[in-house]
Amino acid sequence: MLENYFPILVLAIVAIVLAIVLMTLSRILGPFRPNATKLNPYESGMDPVGEARDRYSISFYLVAMEFIVFDLEVVFIYPWAVRYLDLGFGTFIAMMIFIIMLFVGLLYTLKKGTLDWELNNYRG
Amino acid sequence: MLEIDWFLAVSAVMFTIGIIGVLIRRNAIVIFMCVELMLNAVNLSLVSFASYHGNIDGQILVFFALAVAAAEAVVGLAIIIAIYRNNLSVDVSKINLLRW
Amino acid sequence: MDYLGDIQAFLPGVITALAGLIVIVIESLKKDSSATFWVTVLSLVAALFFSIQSLGTGLDTAFSGMLVHGGAVAFGNVIIVVATLFCVFISEDYLKGINHYYGETYALILFATTGMMCLAGSNDLITLFIGLETMSICLYVMAGLIKDEKSGAEAALKYFLLGAFSTGFLLYGMALIYGATGTTNISAIGAAASTDLLFLAGAALLLVGFLFKVSAVPFHMWTPDVYQGTPTTLTAYFATASKAATFVALIMVLSRALPVMEGLNWQMVFSVIAILTMVFGNIIALVQDNLKRMLAYSSIAHAGYALVGLAAGTPEGYSAVLFYMFAYTIMNIGAFGVIAYYERNKGMDFSEVQNLAGLGFKKPVMGIALSIFLFSLAGIPPLVGFAGKYYVFAAAINAEMVTLAVIGVLASAASVYYYLRVMVYLYFREEHKPVELFNPTLLYKGTIIILAILTLYYGIEPILPASGLMELLNSYGNLGAVTNVLIP
Repeated sequence: MLENYFPILVLAIVAIVLAIVLMTLSRILGPFRPNATKLNPYESGMDPVGEARDRYSISFYLVAMEFIVFDLEVVFIYPWAVRYLDLGFGTFIAMMIFIIMLFVGLLYTLKKGTLDWELNNYRG
Repeated sequence: MLEIDWFLAVSAVMFTIGIIGVLIRRNAIVIFMCVELMLNAVNLSLVSFASYHGNIDGQILVFFALAVAAAEAVVGLAIIIAIYRNNLSVDVSKINLLRW
Repeated sequence: MDYLGDIQAFLPGVITALAGLIVIVIESLKKDSSATFWVTVLSLVAALFFSIQSLGTGLDTAFSGMLVHGGAVAFGNVIIVVATLFCVFISEDYLKGINHYYGETYALILFATTGMMCLAGSNDLITLFIGLETMSICLYVMAGLIKDEKSGAEAALKYFLLGAFSTGFLLYGMALIYGATGTTNISAIGAAASTDLLFLAGAALLLVGFLFKVSAVPFHMWTPDVYQGTPTTLTAYFATASKAATFVALIMVLSRALPVMEGLNWQMVFSVIAILTMVFGNIIALVQDNLKRMLAYSSIAHAGYALVGLAAGTPEGYSAVLFYMFAYTIMNIGAFGVIAYYERNKGMDFSEVQNLAGLGFKKPVMGIALSIFLFSLAGIPPLVGFAGKYYVFAAAINAEMVTLAVIGVLASAASVYYYLRVMVYLYFREEHKPVELFNPTLLYKGTIIILAILTLYYGIEPILPASGLMELLNSYGNLGAVTNVLIP
């Protein structure tokens, strides 16, 4: 029952308490003299560029949407690949048919121009 | 191990949150996210039932539910973009051209 | 595994899926080529041929028990492919006319058809879910075909959000049924069915998902909006093919997975929903001025008549539903086809009934065809709509559900008003202003005429003669599955 999960609860509590204690200690013990440079977000030593909330090009979303679809098809390929030796050659052909179908989708999206970053050839 | 009841309870709560979200929110994207929440709540139920029964039928159904949810997400976002271009809003209470 | 045998069993679906892929390849290599139309038509003709060939064979399983073929499923496939074929015929001209002709539409139609056949022939919750979603996702896209107009995008959004919402219920129902029985196979679920609360809740949620797709009251809210915003010929596809597929799947699930047990009376539930659907659909249709909305509410009412057959719960009732879907498919595609023809004429919004005034005599063929389809939808003999209603109500009476049948007949009588109203405008009102009606293409006209002839023919000589109805049906065990529907 739930007591098996007790160590996880302990771990979570320790992590939270430790973070709070360390931050409080550093504020109490160390000198606190803020200036504009110190309060800047840390960007690996470079000057911060732009706002945190930026508008992305629509191309990101198009590619992301296509990525989601193709990415999830792997879910069907993994179990087949793991068990291939037991399943036999017939499933190889079945999987090739599946991959050809995906390829047709890829061909369509390529020709449609949605993977073209500048969307120059986009034929919506 | 936890008993299956806990997983089912979490799943039911998530599903209910999804339904309530669909019913009371007015932003099309948020409604859509709530629908996805409902589907994922069901996935949790399915895997816990699969583990309870000791067969993998439920897990296979989860695979297909995931793939379908992804396809639905793509189509849904495209439709929401089309609505936005027409209305400059994704507020479903302003989408009222067709009624009765 | 017997791969070739499996493919043979699902051949119509395989053909349409393959044709869909070919259409996508053609479309991506050469935009708006006329080849897409012909590939679609050829594949559908081939699919029709193989579906008709498998008529009369017994129900059998394929793909390790994931799908069933033959029997009622074969008849369902015939309805689906016939509906798709006629819709493709009228869509070509119409979509070109409204400047929304895309080759992709054919790919979507073909994939949706594959999904419908998978749905109709599903013997497992997994194939049921895949078939339903393949169909639905394609339909969501088609609803938004006119995406640059507000009504089109709005129809797509409403259909999508509510459809996805109902998918959630359907899937939750599947999960609970799986939890209660430990299997996803529909026959095995029927064997393991119990009056366990988990199973009952799962079955109820599953049925909610189904009733949403067939637009039964109270899950019908999306129907009029979607039917109005979608291009008219594709609306015909939505209203006929997808509904027929869902009803076949509903028959298969009801007859095999949800057996009648003590304290588990689905007949009662379906009676109530059928009454609500018939009464509500017909009453709201009375006040509609827009023809597409009128036909949408009429399609809700027709779903109600079909539900009467399901409520009867006998093999007779199930086969009556199958015949009803066939009848409904022919006459409804015809009605939508003629309305699509009027709608395309410039000058007025011809989907408003008032604007049809006096147009009946100008193009007599179209006027007569529309009259035939509307009379048939109203259920006036000797048209196919009457035969369909007759079988459904007869099945209800034989199952001792007289009240249900009486309410159905009364609702049907009320529906005559709004169908005849269209004809009054067509023939007995003066034209508002002179309009030139253009000449439809030969294919378009031919399709409408063939549909009108079929409406007459099957009305006079129905597929299932009432006397021989029971002989044509085999039921096995207490699951009462429909295994054979024959065409003499």
